[in-house]
Amino acid sequence: MSDPGEGSARQAVEQAYRNEWSRLLALLVTRLRRFDLAEDSLQDAFTAAARVWPAEGVPARPAAWLFTSAYRRALDRVRREEADARRLPLLLTEPSEVVEDDDEIPDERLRLLFACCHPALKPEARAALMLRFVAGLTTAEIARLFLVSEPTMAARLTRAKAKMAVAGIPLRKPSAEDLPERVDVVLKVIYLVFTEGYRATAGPELVRPRLAAEAIRLGYLAGELLPGEPRIAALLALMVLQHARRDARTGAAGELVLLTDQDRTRWHADEIARGLALLDVLEAVPMPGEYHLQALIAAEHAKPPPADWTRIALLYAELERRTGSPVVRLNRAVAIAESGSAEAALALLEGLDAPLAGNHLLFAVRAELLSRLGCVDEAVAAFDRALSLARTEPERAHLRRRLDSVNKR
Amino acid sequence: MQYALLIYGDEKVWESRDERERQENGERHARYMELLRSRGAMLGGEELSRSTTATTVRNQGDSLGVTDGPYAETAEQLGGFYLIEAADLDEAIELAKQLPEPIVEVRPVVAHPQM
Repeated sequence: MSDPGEGSARQAVEQAYRNEWSRLLALLVTRLRRFDLAEDSLQDAFTAAARVWPAEGVPARPAAWLFTSAYRRALDRVRREEADARRLPLLLTEPSEVVEDDDEIPDERLRLLFACCHPALKPEARAALMLRFVAGLTTAEIARLFLVSEPTMAARLTRAKAKMAVAGIPLRKPSAEDLPERVDVVLKVIYLVFTEGYRATAGPELVRPRLAAEAIRLGYLAGELLPGEPRIAALLALMVLQHARRDARTGAAGELVLLTDQDRTRWHADEIARGLALLDVLEAVPMPGEYHLQALIAAEHAKPPPADWTRIALLYAELERRTGSPVVRLNRAVAIAESGSAEAALALLEGLDAPLAGNHLLFAVRAELLSRLGCVDEAVAAFDRALSLARTEPERAHLRRRLDSVNKR
Repeated sequence: MQYALLIYGDEKVWESRDERERQENGERHARYMELLRSRGAMLGGEELSRSTTATTVRNQGDSLGVTDGPYAETAEQLGGFYLIEAADLDEAIELAKQLPEPIVEVRPVVAHPQM
Protein backbone atom coordinates (compact mmCIF):
# COMPACT_ATOMS: atom_id res chain seq x y z
CA MET A 1 0.00 0.00 0.00
CA SER A 2 1.31 3.43 -0.89
CA ASP A 3 0.15 6.54 0.88
CA PRO A 4 -1.79 9.11 -1.18
CA GLY A 5 1.20 11.45 -1.42
CA GLU A 6 3.26 8.74 -3.07
CA GLY A 7 0.45 7.96 -5.51
CA SER A 8 0.06 11.58 -6.55
CA ALA A 9 3.85 11.90 -6.98
CA ARG A 10 3.77 8.92 -9.32
CA GLN A 11 0.92 10.55 -11.20
CA ALA A 12 2.92 13.75 -11.44
CA VAL A 13 5.82 11.84 -13.06
CA GLU A 14 3.45 10.22 -15.55
CA GLN A 15 1.78 13.53 -16.30
CA ALA A 16 5.15 15.21 -16.86
CA TYR A 17 6.11 12.38 -19.19
CA ARG A 18 2.95 12.80 -21.25
CA ASN A 19 2.98 16.60 -21.35
CA GLU A 20 6.64 17.61 -21.23
CA TRP A 21 8.75 14.81 -22.72
CA SER A 22 8.91 16.05 -26.31
CA ARG A 23 9.37 19.69 -25.35
CA LEU A 24 12.18 18.80 -22.92
CA LEU A 25 13.80 16.50 -25.45
CA ALA A 26 13.70 19.18 -28.16
CA LEU A 27 15.33 21.63 -25.79
CA LEU A 28 18.03 19.12 -24.79
CA VAL A 29 18.75 18.17 -28.41
CA THR A 30 19.21 21.79 -29.46
CA ARG A 31 21.44 22.52 -26.44
CA LEU A 32 23.51 19.32 -26.42
CA ARG A 33 23.42 18.88 -30.22
CA ARG A 34 23.28 15.09 -29.81
CA PHE A 35 20.20 12.86 -29.99
CA ASP A 36 21.57 9.89 -28.04
CA LEU A 37 22.80 12.03 -25.17
CA ALA A 38 19.52 13.96 -24.98
CA GLU A 39 17.41 10.77 -25.02
CA ASP A 40 19.51 8.95 -22.43
CA SER A 41 19.83 11.82 -19.98
CA LEU A 42 16.13 12.67 -20.19
CA GLN A 43 15.34 9.01 -19.51
CA ASP A 44 17.66 9.14 -16.49
CA ALA A 45 16.00 12.32 -15.26
CA PHE A 46 12.56 10.69 -15.36
CA THR A 47 13.92 7.64 -13.55
CA ALA A 48 15.34 9.95 -10.89
CA ALA A 49 12.00 11.79 -10.63
CA ALA A 50 10.20 8.50 -10.08
CA ARG A 51 12.59 7.83 -7.19
CA VAL A 52 12.93 11.30 -5.66
CA TRP A 53 9.47 12.87 -6.04
CA PRO A 54 7.56 10.30 -3.95
CA ALA A 55 10.13 10.66 -1.16
CA GLU A 56 10.78 14.42 -1.23
CA GLY A 57 7.61 15.75 -2.82
CA VAL A 58 6.83 17.00 -6.33
CA PRO A 59 8.93 20.09 -7.16
CA ALA A 60 7.10 23.37 -7.74
CA ARG A 61 8.31 23.48 -11.33
CA PRO A 62 8.49 19.84 -12.49
CA ALA A 63 9.59 20.61 -16.07
CA ALA A 64 12.44 22.83 -14.92
CA TRP A 65 13.49 20.17 -12.38
CA LEU A 66 13.57 17.53 -15.12
CA PHE A 67 15.50 19.75 -17.53
CA THR A 68 18.13 20.72 -14.96
CA SER A 69 18.52 17.11 -13.85
CA ALA A 70 18.83 15.82 -17.44
CA TYR A 71 21.23 18.59 -18.46
CA ARG A 72 23.53 17.96 -15.49
CA ARG A 73 23.58 14.22 -16.23
CA ALA A 74 24.37 14.94 -19.88
CA LEU A 75 27.35 17.13 -18.96
CA ASP A 76 28.64 14.37 -16.67
CA ARG A 77 28.42 11.90 -19.53
CA VAL A 78 30.18 14.28 -21.92
CA ARG A 79 33.07 14.62 -19.45
CA ARG A 80 33.34 10.84 -19.11
CA GLU A 81 33.24 10.31 -22.89
CA GLU A 82 35.64 13.08 -23.86
CA ALA A 83 38.12 10.69 -25.47
CA ASP A 84 35.59 8.62 -27.41
CA ALA A 85 36.69 8.95 -31.04
CA ARG A 86 33.73 7.02 -32.49
CA ARG A 87 31.28 9.74 -31.55
CA LEU A 88 29.16 11.27 -34.30
CA PRO A 89 29.77 14.91 -35.13
CA LEU A 90 27.55 17.37 -33.27
CA LEU A 91 24.26 18.44 -34.82
CA LEU A 92 24.26 21.88 -36.37
CA THR A 93 22.10 24.51 -34.73
CA GLU A 94 21.90 28.22 -34.12
CA PRO A 95 22.80 29.23 -30.58
CA SER A 96 19.75 29.29 -28.32
CA GLU A 97 19.08 32.20 -26.02
CA VAL A 98 20.32 31.55 -22.53
CA VAL A 99 17.36 31.25 -20.22
CA GLU A 100 17.98 32.68 -16.78
CA ASP A 101 14.58 31.99 -15.30
CA ASP A 102 14.37 28.22 -15.36
CA ASP A 103 10.59 28.40 -15.13
CA GLU A 104 10.67 29.42 -18.76
CA ILE A 105 11.02 26.29 -20.90
CA PRO A 106 11.38 27.51 -24.48
CA ASP A 107 9.70 25.46 -27.19
CA GLU A 108 12.31 24.19 -29.63
CA ARG A 109 10.07 21.51 -31.13
CA LEU A 110 9.65 23.47 -34.36
CA ARG A 111 13.36 23.05 -35.15
CA LEU A 112 13.12 19.34 -34.45
CA LEU A 113 9.95 19.08 -36.54
CA PHE A 114 11.72 20.46 -39.61
CA ALA A 115 14.91 18.47 -39.02
CA CYS A 116 12.89 15.22 -38.75
CA CYS A 117 11.03 16.13 -41.97
CA HIS A 118 14.13 17.06 -43.96
CA PRO A 119 13.84 16.12 -47.65
CA ALA A 120 17.29 14.49 -47.45
CA LEU A 121 15.84 11.73 -45.24
CA LYS A 122 13.87 8.72 -46.47
CA PRO A 123 10.07 9.06 -46.13
CA GLU A 124 9.72 6.13 -43.73
CA ALA A 125 12.62 7.44 -41.63
CA ARG A 126 10.95 10.88 -41.45
CA ALA A 127 7.73 9.30 -40.17
CA ALA A 128 9.58 7.27 -37.53
CA LEU A 129 11.65 10.29 -36.41
CA MET A 130 8.52 12.42 -36.09
CA LEU A 131 6.83 9.83 -33.90
CA ARG A 132 9.93 9.41 -31.74
CA PHE A 133 11.11 13.00 -31.32
CA VAL A 134 8.03 15.14 -31.90
CA ALA A 135 5.22 12.86 -30.69
CA GLY A 136 7.39 11.24 -28.00
CA LEU A 137 6.60 7.57 -28.69
CA THR A 138 9.11 4.90 -27.69
CA THR A 139 10.97 2.90 -30.34
CA ALA A 140 9.02 -0.22 -29.30
CA GLU A 141 5.69 1.57 -29.76
CA ILE A 142 6.68 2.90 -33.20
CA ALA A 143 7.84 -0.56 -34.27
CA ARG A 144 4.47 -2.03 -33.26
CA LEU A 145 2.56 0.69 -35.10
CA PHE A 146 4.53 0.12 -38.32
CA LEU A 147 4.40 -3.68 -37.91
CA VAL A 148 8.18 -4.13 -37.89
CA SER A 149 10.41 -5.64 -35.21
CA GLU A 150 11.89 -3.37 -32.57
CA PRO A 151 15.52 -3.95 -33.71
CA THR A 152 14.49 -3.05 -37.27
CA MET A 153 12.91 0.21 -36.11
CA ALA A 154 15.82 0.97 -33.78
CA ALA A 155 18.26 0.48 -36.68
CA ARG A 156 16.16 2.74 -38.92
CA LEU A 157 16.16 5.49 -36.29
CA THR A 158 19.89 5.12 -35.63
CA ARG A 159 20.71 5.40 -39.34
CA ALA A 160 18.52 8.48 -39.69
CA LYS A 161 20.06 10.17 -36.64
CA ALA A 162 23.56 9.44 -37.97
CA LYS A 163 22.66 10.91 -41.34
CA MET A 164 21.36 14.07 -39.67
CA ALA A 165 24.61 14.58 -37.76
CA VAL A 166 27.10 13.53 -40.45
CA ALA A 167 25.40 15.22 -43.40
CA GLY A 168 24.83 18.44 -41.48
CA ILE A 169 21.02 18.58 -41.50
CA PRO A 170 20.45 21.70 -39.40
CA LEU A 171 18.13 22.01 -36.40
CA ARG A 172 16.56 25.18 -37.68
CA LYS A 173 13.36 26.63 -38.99
CA PRO A 174 13.86 26.87 -42.79
CA SER A 175 14.37 30.20 -44.53
CA ALA A 176 11.26 32.08 -45.64
CA GLU A 177 12.10 31.08 -49.21
CA ASP A 178 12.25 27.35 -48.42
CA LEU A 179 9.39 27.36 -45.92
CA PRO A 180 6.41 26.55 -48.21
CA GLU A 181 8.21 23.55 -49.72
CA ARG A 182 9.37 22.31 -46.32
CA VAL A 183 5.90 22.66 -44.80
CA ASP A 184 4.70 20.48 -47.68
CA VAL A 185 7.11 17.75 -46.57
CA VAL A 186 5.89 18.06 -42.95
CA LEU A 187 2.30 17.65 -44.15
CA LYS A 188 3.25 14.66 -46.29
CA VAL A 189 4.93 12.95 -43.35
CA ILE A 190 1.94 13.52 -41.08
CA TYR A 191 -0.46 12.25 -43.75
CA LEU A 192 1.76 9.23 -44.39
CA VAL A 193 1.54 8.33 -40.70
CA PHE A 194 -2.23 8.83 -40.88
CA THR A 195 -2.89 6.77 -44.00
CA GLU A 196 -0.60 4.01 -42.74
CA GLY A 197 -2.90 3.76 -39.73
CA TYR A 198 -6.10 4.23 -41.64
CA ARG A 199 -5.67 1.71 -44.37
CA ALA A 200 -3.32 -1.20 -43.95
CA THR A 201 -2.35 -2.48 -47.40
CA ALA A 202 -2.28 -6.12 -46.35
CA GLY A 203 -3.22 -8.40 -43.52
CA PRO A 204 -6.22 -8.99 -41.30
CA GLU A 205 -6.28 -5.56 -39.64
CA LEU A 206 -7.73 -2.81 -41.81
CA VAL A 207 -7.37 0.03 -39.33
CA ARG A 208 -4.77 0.86 -36.74
CA PRO A 209 -6.60 3.74 -35.06
CA ARG A 210 -3.79 4.47 -32.62
CA LEU A 211 -1.40 5.41 -35.44
CA ALA A 212 -4.04 7.59 -37.10
CA ALA A 213 -4.70 9.27 -33.75
CA GLU A 214 -0.95 9.98 -33.37
CA ALA A 215 -0.98 11.62 -36.81
CA ILE A 216 -3.85 13.87 -35.73
CA ARG A 217 -1.93 14.77 -32.57
CA LEU A 218 1.09 15.67 -34.72
CA GLY A 219 -1.22 17.76 -36.92
CA TYR A 220 -2.50 19.75 -33.94
CA LEU A 221 1.05 20.25 -32.71
CA ALA A 222 2.24 21.41 -36.16
CA GLY A 223 -0.70 23.83 -36.26
CA GLU A 224 0.25 25.15 -32.84
CA LEU A 225 3.92 25.58 -33.83
CA LEU A 226 3.12 27.13 -37.24
CA PRO A 227 0.05 29.26 -36.66
CA GLY A 228 -1.53 30.82 -39.73
CA GLU A 229 -0.69 27.89 -42.06
CA PRO A 230 -4.02 27.13 -43.76
CA ARG A 231 -2.64 23.90 -45.25
CA ILE A 232 -2.13 22.40 -41.78
CA ALA A 233 -5.72 23.21 -40.79
CA ALA A 234 -6.93 21.67 -44.07
CA LEU A 235 -4.97 18.46 -43.44
CA LEU A 236 -6.26 18.35 -39.87
CA ALA A 237 -9.86 18.74 -41.05
CA LEU A 238 -9.32 15.90 -43.54
CA MET A 239 -7.81 13.57 -40.92
CA VAL A 240 -10.35 14.40 -38.20
CA LEU A 241 -13.30 13.83 -40.57
CA GLN A 242 -11.95 10.50 -41.83
CA HIS A 243 -10.92 9.32 -38.39
CA ALA A 244 -14.39 10.10 -36.96
CA ARG A 245 -15.70 7.15 -39.00
CA ARG A 246 -13.15 4.60 -37.71
CA ASP A 247 -15.57 2.50 -35.61
CA ALA A 248 -18.02 2.11 -38.49
CA ARG A 249 -15.41 1.12 -41.11
CA THR A 250 -15.29 -2.52 -40.07
CA GLY A 251 -18.09 -4.83 -39.01
CA ALA A 252 -18.23 -7.30 -36.14
CA ALA A 253 -16.09 -9.87 -38.00
CA GLY A 254 -13.50 -7.31 -39.05
CA GLU A 255 -14.99 -7.03 -42.54
CA LEU A 256 -14.81 -3.79 -44.51
CA VAL A 257 -18.00 -1.71 -44.46
CA LEU A 258 -18.37 0.68 -47.39
CA LEU A 259 -19.10 4.32 -46.64
CA THR A 260 -22.68 4.15 -47.90
CA ASP A 261 -23.43 1.09 -45.72
CA GLN A 262 -21.84 2.41 -42.54
CA ASP A 263 -23.87 2.76 -39.35
CA ARG A 264 -23.80 6.50 -38.89
CA THR A 265 -24.63 6.23 -35.21
CA ARG A 266 -21.13 4.77 -34.77
CA TRP A 267 -19.50 7.88 -36.23
CA HIS A 268 -18.05 10.24 -33.65
CA ALA A 269 -20.36 13.22 -34.05
CA ASP A 270 -18.24 15.52 -31.87
CA GLU A 271 -15.19 14.87 -34.05
CA ILE A 272 -17.15 15.46 -37.25
CA ALA A 273 -18.32 18.78 -35.82
CA ARG A 274 -14.69 19.65 -35.01
CA GLY A 275 -13.58 18.76 -38.55
CA LEU A 276 -16.35 20.83 -40.11
CA ALA A 277 -15.46 23.75 -37.83
CA LEU A 278 -11.83 23.59 -39.01
CA LEU A 279 -13.10 23.78 -42.60
CA ASP A 280 -15.36 26.74 -41.80
CA VAL A 281 -12.34 28.75 -40.69
CA LEU A 282 -10.69 27.97 -44.05
CA GLU A 283 -13.69 29.16 -46.04
CA ALA A 284 -11.85 32.44 -46.80
CA VAL A 285 -8.96 30.76 -48.66
CA PRO A 286 -9.45 31.56 -52.36
CA MET A 287 -7.65 28.60 -53.94
CA PRO A 288 -8.21 25.41 -51.98
CA GLY A 289 -5.14 23.17 -51.87
CA GLU A 290 -5.13 19.40 -52.31
CA TYR A 291 -5.76 18.54 -48.65
CA HIS A 292 -8.46 21.20 -48.54
CA LEU A 293 -10.24 19.66 -51.54
CA GLN A 294 -10.02 16.20 -49.98
CA ALA A 295 -11.35 17.60 -46.70
CA LEU A 296 -14.29 19.21 -48.54
CA ILE A 297 -15.07 15.81 -50.08
CA ALA A 298 -14.87 14.13 -46.67
CA ALA A 299 -17.17 16.85 -45.31
CA GLU A 300 -19.77 16.11 -48.00
CA HIS A 301 -19.69 12.44 -46.99
CA ALA A 302 -20.06 13.37 -43.33
CA LYS A 303 -23.30 15.29 -43.92
CA PRO A 304 -26.65 13.48 -43.50
CA PRO A 305 -27.71 11.58 -46.65
CA PRO A 306 -28.39 11.87 -49.48
CA ALA A 307 -24.84 12.89 -50.45
CA ASP A 308 -24.44 15.64 -53.03
CA TRP A 309 -22.64 13.45 -55.59
CA THR A 310 -22.63 16.18 -58.24
CA ARG A 311 -20.64 18.45 -55.92
CA ILE A 312 -18.37 15.54 -54.92
CA ALA A 313 -17.71 14.78 -58.60
CA LEU A 314 -16.81 18.45 -59.19
CA LEU A 315 -14.42 18.47 -56.23
CA TYR A 316 -12.76 15.30 -57.55
CA ALA A 317 -12.48 16.88 -61.01
CA GLU A 318 -10.64 19.85 -59.49
CA LEU A 319 -8.43 17.49 -57.46
CA GLU A 320 -7.66 15.48 -60.60
CA ARG A 321 -6.74 18.66 -62.46
CA ARG A 322 -4.23 19.48 -59.66
CA THR A 323 -2.73 16.06 -59.13
CA GLY A 324 -3.24 14.13 -62.39
CA SER A 325 -3.62 11.13 -60.09
CA PRO A 326 -5.26 7.99 -61.57
CA VAL A 327 -6.64 7.11 -58.11
CA VAL A 328 -8.41 10.47 -57.97
CA ARG A 329 -9.83 9.82 -61.43
CA LEU A 330 -11.15 6.47 -60.19
CA ASN A 331 -12.89 8.20 -57.28
CA ARG A 332 -14.28 10.82 -59.65
CA ALA A 333 -15.73 8.02 -61.76
CA VAL A 334 -17.46 6.57 -58.67
CA ALA A 335 -18.94 10.00 -57.85
CA ILE A 336 -20.19 10.41 -61.43
CA ALA A 337 -21.77 6.95 -61.32
CA GLU A 338 -23.51 7.83 -58.04
CA SER A 339 -24.79 11.10 -59.48
CA GLY A 340 -26.56 9.11 -62.17
CA SER A 341 -24.36 8.19 -65.11
CA ALA A 342 -22.77 4.75 -65.06
CA GLU A 343 -21.84 5.04 -68.77
CA ALA A 344 -19.94 8.30 -68.24
CA ALA A 345 -18.22 6.73 -65.23
CA LEU A 346 -17.19 3.66 -67.21
CA ALA A 347 -15.74 5.89 -69.93
CA LEU A 348 -13.60 7.67 -67.31
CA LEU A 349 -11.98 4.36 -66.37
CA GLU A 350 -10.51 4.01 -69.84
CA GLY A 351 -6.79 4.60 -69.75
CA LEU A 352 -6.49 3.65 -66.07
CA ASP A 353 -5.53 0.01 -66.76
CA ALA A 354 -1.86 0.80 -67.22
CA PRO A 355 -1.31 3.17 -64.24
CA LEU A 356 -3.52 1.10 -61.90
CA ALA A 357 -2.64 -2.36 -63.29
CA GLY A 358 -2.22 -4.01 -59.88
CA ASN A 359 -4.99 -2.08 -58.11
CA HIS A 360 -8.02 -4.21 -57.18
CA LEU A 361 -10.19 -1.12 -56.69
CA LEU A 362 -10.11 -0.28 -60.42
CA PHE A 363 -11.53 -3.70 -61.27
CA ALA A 364 -13.99 -3.65 -58.36
CA VAL A 365 -15.38 -0.30 -59.54
CA ARG A 366 -15.52 -1.46 -63.16
CA ALA A 367 -17.34 -4.62 -62.04
CA GLU A 368 -19.96 -2.59 -60.12
CA LEU A 369 -20.53 -0.29 -63.11
CA LEU A 370 -20.82 -3.19 -65.57
CA SER A 371 -23.29 -4.95 -63.30
CA ARG A 372 -25.38 -1.78 -63.07
CA LEU A 373 -25.42 -1.59 -66.86
CA GLY A 374 -26.56 -5.23 -67.02
CA CYS A 375 -23.32 -6.64 -68.48
CA VAL A 376 -23.22 -9.64 -66.12
CA ASP A 377 -20.47 -11.68 -67.82
CA GLU A 378 -18.08 -8.76 -68.03
CA ALA A 379 -18.94 -7.80 -64.45
CA VAL A 380 -18.12 -11.31 -63.20
CA ALA A 381 -14.79 -11.27 -65.05
CA ALA A 382 -13.93 -7.90 -63.48
CA PHE A 383 -14.89 -9.13 -59.97
CA ASP A 384 -12.63 -12.17 -60.50
CA ARG A 385 -9.78 -9.91 -61.48
CA ALA A 386 -10.38 -7.69 -58.43
CA LEU A 387 -10.43 -10.74 -56.17
CA SER A 388 -7.11 -11.96 -57.53
CA LEU A 389 -5.55 -8.56 -56.68
CA ALA A 390 -7.15 -7.69 -53.30
CA ARG A 391 -4.69 -8.20 -50.46
CA THR A 392 -6.73 -7.83 -47.26
CA GLU A 393 -9.18 -10.46 -46.11
CA PRO A 394 -12.06 -8.03 -45.32
CA GLU A 395 -11.83 -6.58 -48.84
CA ARG A 396 -11.77 -10.04 -50.41
CA ALA A 397 -14.84 -11.07 -48.39
CA HIS A 398 -16.68 -7.98 -49.59
CA LEU A 399 -15.80 -8.75 -53.22
CA ARG A 400 -16.96 -12.38 -52.86
CA ARG A 401 -20.32 -11.22 -51.48
CA ARG A 402 -20.76 -8.81 -54.40
CA LEU A 403 -19.77 -11.48 -56.93
CA ASP A 404 -22.33 -13.92 -55.47
CA SER A 405 -25.14 -11.37 -55.66
CA VAL A 406 -24.34 -10.58 -59.32
CA ASN A 407 -24.20 -14.29 -60.19
CA LYS A 408 -27.61 -14.91 -58.58
CA ARG A 409 -29.36 -12.35 -60.74
CA MET B 1 31.37 21.97 -43.08
CA GLN B 2 32.95 20.79 -46.29
CA TYR B 3 30.95 19.03 -48.99
CA ALA B 4 31.90 17.42 -52.28
CA LEU B 5 29.43 18.14 -55.09
CA LEU B 6 29.82 15.14 -57.41
CA ILE B 7 28.58 15.74 -60.93
CA TYR B 8 26.92 12.84 -62.74
CA GLY B 9 25.64 12.77 -66.29
CA ASP B 10 25.29 10.93 -69.57
CA GLU B 11 28.71 11.03 -71.23
CA LYS B 12 27.16 10.59 -74.68
CA VAL B 13 25.38 13.90 -74.19
CA TRP B 14 28.61 15.55 -73.07
CA GLU B 15 30.51 14.11 -76.04
CA SER B 16 27.88 15.12 -78.58
CA ARG B 17 28.30 18.80 -77.72
CA ASP B 18 29.63 20.95 -80.53
CA GLU B 19 32.27 23.63 -80.07
CA ARG B 20 29.76 26.37 -79.28
CA GLU B 21 27.91 24.26 -76.68
CA ARG B 22 31.21 23.30 -75.08
CA GLN B 23 32.11 26.96 -74.79
CA GLU B 24 28.72 27.84 -73.32
CA ASN B 25 29.08 25.06 -70.79
CA GLY B 26 32.53 26.36 -69.84
CA GLU B 27 31.06 29.82 -69.34
CA ARG B 28 28.27 28.45 -67.14
CA HIS B 29 30.87 26.78 -64.94
CA ALA B 30 33.01 29.92 -64.84
CA ARG B 31 29.95 31.85 -63.60
CA TYR B 32 29.24 29.13 -61.04
CA MET B 33 32.83 29.25 -59.74
CA GLU B 34 32.49 33.03 -59.50
CA LEU B 35 29.33 32.54 -57.38
CA LEU B 36 31.15 30.07 -55.11
CA ARG B 37 34.10 32.47 -54.72
CA SER B 38 31.80 35.40 -53.93
CA ARG B 39 30.21 33.31 -51.15
CA GLY B 40 33.58 32.18 -49.83
CA ALA B 41 32.53 28.61 -50.62
CA MET B 42 35.03 27.60 -53.34
CA LEU B 43 37.62 25.11 -52.09
CA GLY B 44 38.39 23.35 -55.35
CA GLY B 45 37.05 21.30 -58.18
CA GLU B 46 37.99 19.58 -61.44
CA GLU B 47 36.46 18.20 -64.59
CA LEU B 48 37.34 14.53 -65.14
CA SER B 49 38.23 12.86 -68.46
CA ARG B 50 35.63 10.46 -69.85
CA SER B 51 35.12 7.17 -67.99
CA THR B 52 36.43 5.22 -71.03
CA THR B 53 39.87 6.55 -70.08
CA ALA B 54 39.57 5.28 -66.50
CA THR B 55 41.63 2.45 -65.03
CA THR B 56 40.43 0.58 -61.95
CA VAL B 57 42.96 -0.90 -59.54
CA ARG B 58 41.78 -3.52 -57.03
CA ASN B 59 44.15 -4.05 -54.15
CA GLN B 60 42.41 -7.09 -52.76
CA GLY B 61 42.50 -10.86 -53.29
CA ASP B 62 44.66 -12.44 -55.95
CA SER B 63 42.54 -11.68 -59.02
CA LEU B 64 44.01 -9.41 -61.69
CA GLY B 65 44.43 -6.07 -59.97
CA VAL B 66 44.31 -3.64 -62.87
CA THR B 67 41.38 -3.37 -65.28
CA ASP B 68 40.27 -0.99 -67.99
CA GLY B 69 37.24 1.20 -67.30
CA PRO B 70 35.46 2.89 -64.40
CA TYR B 71 34.62 1.07 -61.14
CA ALA B 72 30.87 1.16 -61.77
CA GLU B 73 29.47 0.73 -65.29
CA THR B 74 26.34 2.85 -64.97
CA ALA B 75 24.29 4.91 -67.40
CA GLU B 76 25.45 8.09 -65.67
CA GLN B 77 29.11 8.57 -64.90
CA LEU B 78 31.06 10.80 -62.56
CA GLY B 79 32.22 13.68 -64.72
CA GLY B 80 33.68 16.12 -62.23
CA PHE B 81 33.37 17.63 -58.78
CA TYR B 82 33.51 20.75 -56.69
CA LEU B 83 34.73 20.92 -53.12
CA ILE B 84 32.78 23.56 -51.22
CA GLU B 85 32.43 25.08 -47.78
CA ALA B 86 28.85 25.43 -46.49
CA ALA B 87 27.29 26.13 -43.11
CA ASP B 88 25.03 23.07 -43.27
CA LEU B 89 23.28 20.68 -45.65
CA ASP B 90 20.61 23.26 -46.51
CA GLU B 91 23.27 25.67 -47.80
CA ALA B 92 25.09 22.86 -49.63
CA ILE B 93 21.82 21.85 -51.32
CA GLU B 94 21.11 25.46 -52.23
CA LEU B 95 24.54 25.69 -53.93
CA ALA B 96 24.10 22.27 -55.58
CA LYS B 97 20.80 23.44 -57.07
CA GLN B 98 22.62 26.27 -58.82
CA LEU B 99 25.28 24.00 -60.32
CA PRO B 100 24.59 23.89 -64.08
CA GLU B 101 24.54 20.08 -64.36
CA PRO B 102 21.65 17.60 -64.31
CA ILE B 103 22.61 15.32 -61.38
CA VAL B 104 24.62 16.42 -58.36
CA GLU B 105 25.39 14.18 -55.39
CA VAL B 106 26.10 16.10 -52.19
CA ARG B 107 28.57 14.24 -49.95
CA PRO B 108 29.83 15.57 -46.63
CA VAL B 109 33.61 15.46 -46.27
CA VAL B 110 34.93 13.77 -43.13
CA ALA B 111 36.58 16.33 -40.89
CA HIS B 112 39.78 14.80 -39.55
CA PRO B 113 41.51 16.50 -36.67
CA GLN B 114 44.44 18.66 -37.73
CA MET B 115 47.64 16.60 -38.10
